[in-house]
Amino acid sequence: MDYFLTEPQKTIRDLARRIAEERVLPVRAELDEKEEFPWDIVKDLAAADMFRVFVPEAFDGLGGGCLELCLVTEELSRICSGVAVTYAASALGCMTLMEYGTEEQKHKYLPDIAAGKKLGAFAITEPTAGSDASNIKTTAEKVSGGYLLNGTKQFITNGGEAEIYTVIALTDKSRGARGASAIIVEKGTPGFTFGKKEKKLGIRASATRELVFKNCLVPEENILGKPGLGFIQAMRLFDKSRPGIGAQAVGLAQGALEAAVDYAEQRVQFDQQLINMPVIQHMLADMAIQVEAARALVYAAARYVDSGAKNLTESSAMAKVFASDAAMKVTVDAVQICGGSGYMRDYPVEKMMRDAKILQIYEGTNQILRNAIAVNLRKRKGRAA
Amino acid sequence: MNIVVCLKQVPGTTEVKIDPATNTLIRQGIENIINPFDTYALEEGVRLKEKHGGKVAVITMGPPQADAALREAISLGADEAILLSDRAFAGADTWATSYTLSKAIAKIEKYDLIICGRQTIDGDTGQVGPELAEMLALPFVAYVSRIEEIKDKYLRVTRMMEEGHEVIETTLPAVITVAKEINVPRLPSLRGIMKSKNAKIETWGVKELGVDASMVGLAGSSTQVIKVFFPERVHQAEMLSGSLEQKVEALIDRLRQAGLC
Repeated sequence: MDYFLTEPQKTIRDLARRIAEERVLPVRAELDEKEEFPWDIVKDLAAADMFRVFVPEAFDGLGGGCLELCLVTEELSRICSGVAVTYAASALGCMTLMEYGTEEQKHKYLPDIAAGKKLGAFAITEPTAGSDASNIKTTAEKVSGGYLLNGTKQFITNGGEAEIYTVIALTDKSRGARGASAIIVEKGTPGFTFGKKEKKLGIRASATRELVFKNCLVPEENILGKPGLGFIQAMRLFDKSRPGIGAQAVGLAQGALEAAVDYAEQRVQFDQQLINMPVIQHMLADMAIQVEAARALVYAAARYVDSGAKNLTESSAMAKVFASDAAMKVTVDAVQICGGSGYMRDYPVEKMMRDAKILQIYEGTNQILRNAIAVNLRKRKGRAA
Repeated sequence: MNIVVCLKQVPGTTEVKIDPATNTLIRQGIENIINPFDTYALEEGVRLKEKHGGKVAVITMGPPQADAALREAISLGADEAILLSDRAFAGADTWATSYTLSKAIAKIEKYDLIICGRQTIDGDTGQVGPELAEMLALPFVAYVSRIEEIKDKYLRVTRMMEEGHEVIETTLPAVITVAKEINVPRLPSLRGIMKSKNAKIETWGVKELGVDASMVGLAGSSTQVIKVFFPERVHQAEMLSGSLEQKVEALIDRLRQAGLC
């Protein structure tokens, strides 16, 4: 399939693929086994300018958009989804800043993100606020000299490893979600500490931690955009970032498909290669259809984001839901084709299957996103948009 | 610190096939790469530049398509690239190659250190580095595994020997060939690739170098490849088949025939 990528897009994709194959592949099993944060790979990605891809040129970036970010994420995820999310979460951590930040704020933080010297992270989820994201309790009380943060953020990707955090907190408790604001908090700010590193089913190379704020004073100039708009900013952010999760799913499913085809070619039972058996051929064909359909939808959604369109919720949700469901199905089938071997850690597919599950959960569960799609479907009376 | 790195474009495989009619490499369908040993030379040159300032010039002799190797070198941090390409350069042995390279380097004038890979993966001779030093009348150290110190007109390196290491001091300019132990070459960067696509690559031929055509290429080569061939297989294995008893009988028969029992 030809998606008519531009030459610069192909260059980005090819280099990301090379980094994934040369630097990530040799260590992915070890990173998964040890639950080790991939700092060496982050340095390789930085040296190759991968963190510049999503940053505007004015701040030392290469000025790419959602599609470019998706291409890198997909290629990394084809080899290791834990590495891919580490990369993509840094972009997520500074997208609110890119969208709503002042020139000063952007100059202060973006060049270091672009150079890969510092990682970003985004924090909205709390013990009481998962799918019910507006039910956050963390407060940012206006005091002399800035905002005083108190509360706990949960399951934060790149938590503890990132330097720059975009935190959604209530600057006006009485107004609930309408009193939420996005605030930049730097690692090392007094009163800002980290909880334990979570032990996960999959994407184990990535770091997931609690952020704990206890009377953490943040300068007033760290607020992004207008106070009170934090929740809306977060929802718009996810509308733009969800194709990235879709890309992570496409890459993961692609990797699983390749592993399954390789195994089916090598494995002989009943005196024939599995790949010659119609039952396996049909399974592989269905997997390939899922992967390609997911890719087409993700690229279309990413291009829609890059077009500057306003109503992104439905298209981005569709891309994320379809691709992550496809990744789950394809990785389960890849394990099935590889049989007993596929269940063992010596083969890559069991890791891929574990990595796939989170894609149906984070950045909006697939159930919550189906709700959002249904709301829009009703608005447009089911007619093609 | 101005550095010249010599590199060669080679077929990206160790399973080269030879055309039996012409005794030359079959290049169709084989991707060309920078000779892997030369990537360590380039990396070391770029690291020295990053540490001490200056420029890295890469130079290669080859057909026009060797341009791709030079662009890749630019994406990996080289500042300037020179392609030595001329029909008259074709068919050069290591002597004629070194001669041509030495003339090009002499034309560059301003250089402190010349770095080459220890050998190529196609020719495998390891002769060009030392020949080049000889022709330029410069000090030479082979198999360098570490640059210990480099400053104005002074270089101290560790080189690998069969048993152990040797530390050698020399004056600059000098020529060194490097072993793969010296560094881990970087991957290209996106900005490097973009820069390399628009980079200007100078091409020098016989005229630009002002050399005598009889000294370069096949004409200037003291050696010639007359024949390239795979050694004939003289040992043969025979697989015996049948039941265990039949195989044992057959084996004893064979050994008797050979006078071995």
